[in-house]
Amino acid sequence: MTAPPPSLLVEDLAFAYPDGHQALFGVDLRIERGERVALLGPNGAGKTTLVLHLNGILRAGRGEVTVAGLPVAKRSLPEIRRRVGVVFQDPDDQLFMPTVADDVAFGPRNLGLPEEEVAARVTAALEQVRMADAADRPPHHLSFGQRRRVAVATVLAMQPEIVVLDEPSSNLDPAGRRELAEVLTELPVTLLMVTHDLPYAAQMCPRSVILDGGVVVADGPTPDVLSDAGLLAAHRLELPYGFSPAG
Amino acid sequence: MGAGPGGTLLARYVPGTSAVHRLEPHLKLVSVLAFALVVVATPVHAPWAPAAYAGYLLAVLTAAAVAGVSPARLARGLVVEVPFVAFAVLLPFVAAGPQVEVLGLSVSRTGLAAGGGLLAKATLSILAATILSATTEPRALLRGLERLRLPQVLVQILMFMIRYADVVGGELHRMRVARESRGFHGGGLRGLRVMAATAGSLFVRSYERGERVHLAMLSRGYTGRLPTGAVSAAAPGAWAVALSLPLAAAAVLLAGMLLG
Repeated sequence: MTAPPPSLLVEDLAFAYPDGHQALFGVDLRIERGERVALLGPNGAGKTTLVLHLNGILRAGRGEVTVAGLPVAKRSLPEIRRRVGVVFQDPDDQLFMPTVADDVAFGPRNLGLPEEEVAARVTAALEQVRMADAADRPPHHLSFGQRRRVAVATVLAMQPEIVVLDEPSSNLDPAGRRELAEVLTELPVTLLMVTHDLPYAAQMCPRSVILDGGVVVADGPTPDVLSDAGLLAAHRLELPYGFSPAG
Repeated sequence: MGAGPGGTLLARYVPGTSAVHRLEPHLKLVSVLAFALVVVATPVHAPWAPAAYAGYLLAVLTAAAVAGVSPARLARGLVVEVPFVAFAVLLPFVAAGPQVEVLGLSVSRTGLAAGGGLLAKATLSILAATILSATTEPRALLRGLERLRLPQVLVQILMFMIRYADVVGGELHRMRVARESRGFHGGGLRGLRVMAATAGSLFVRSYERGERVHLAMLSRGYTGRLPTGAVSAAAPGAWAVALSLPLAAAAVLLAGMLLG
């Protein structure tokens, strides 16, 4: 029996924006099924650019992205966007339908699933993020933390291979932070978390990757990466005052 | 800093369980549109026109009573009419033709009829629309428009408007608070310049948000179509209830034409 293909395989990915600004210079990244990985890096390191390649919003200038064995290409885009669930930073950008249930149903309906299947997936996804009570409420009535969890549900309803979160802890209060962490660590999916919240990475992800200047500059167990003070300082990453990665 | 419960647009909706509340939204839309058409079709200069207006008013007030929409709520709905009132009041003074004395002022007879007719028609139509908005949730209205085969693009634009009115309104509010916290008071030419800058930056922010929303939609497989759930067919009885308002108005119009 052969091992399943990695959830995500990025090989020698390079990309320049149309205005000539080159954001990625040959990124290599391999994430196995079921892993939880933090993607760290300062502002402008190319993190968002990389994320937008994972579901084919941006097209590689050079190199290739493969999701569970399927290369990202124009023909495979609908299936790629099902396999890669991106949770954007501002839930108000992600949640646009009049009710929570409609919003969670948006992805599955785009897949052309029958209504019973859509309803079942909406219920299951909202239960996974502990928001089943809010199904019929308009998103703008929810707290920020609740909206972020609903945003996670909107991609879970697609039954993705990998969930990519862009700054999941930003603007959350401590309770919202903890609730989101509890929900995310229970999910039976591969997780890639883009952040510069180093304690959150330490709490949730056994492995960390640092991206800077459009290349991967470090990749290893999170405690090792976070205790290398020289490495962090070289890439404008800083632990909060008093935080010890070993603890 | 979120919107209060309900949000700006939802605030127009008054929850209830009346027969009008329970009607399918697309039936109500058809009913209000048909009523407005009948009202507009009434000839302004016919001698029986004022009687017909009174008949329509009776019909629309009956509908409001059935729907449980309070007179105060109806009056608030009429606020949008104010610019039309100003225009209608001007008409008798600017129109040509035979003059009549009203309250010691000499005004044009045709202008008076035209202005009065305009005012009556606008008021009646707005009353009907107010009942619609007070008894129908905004998103139910959208579903109604969709069922009436309004093009998808327009339905989607309206949907985004409902969803993001509060978000953009909240942004505007925060910008105002931030401005005033730095000692800004509106008024004068300088005030106008600041307002223009605010409007400009609000536009840029909203435009950028639009791009981000689009990106998030694409990431979930958006192809230009907004799939919605299944809809049930409306019962013939519901059609009869919904059409009773325009049919009553049509009966008044017909009576006026035959008898007047």
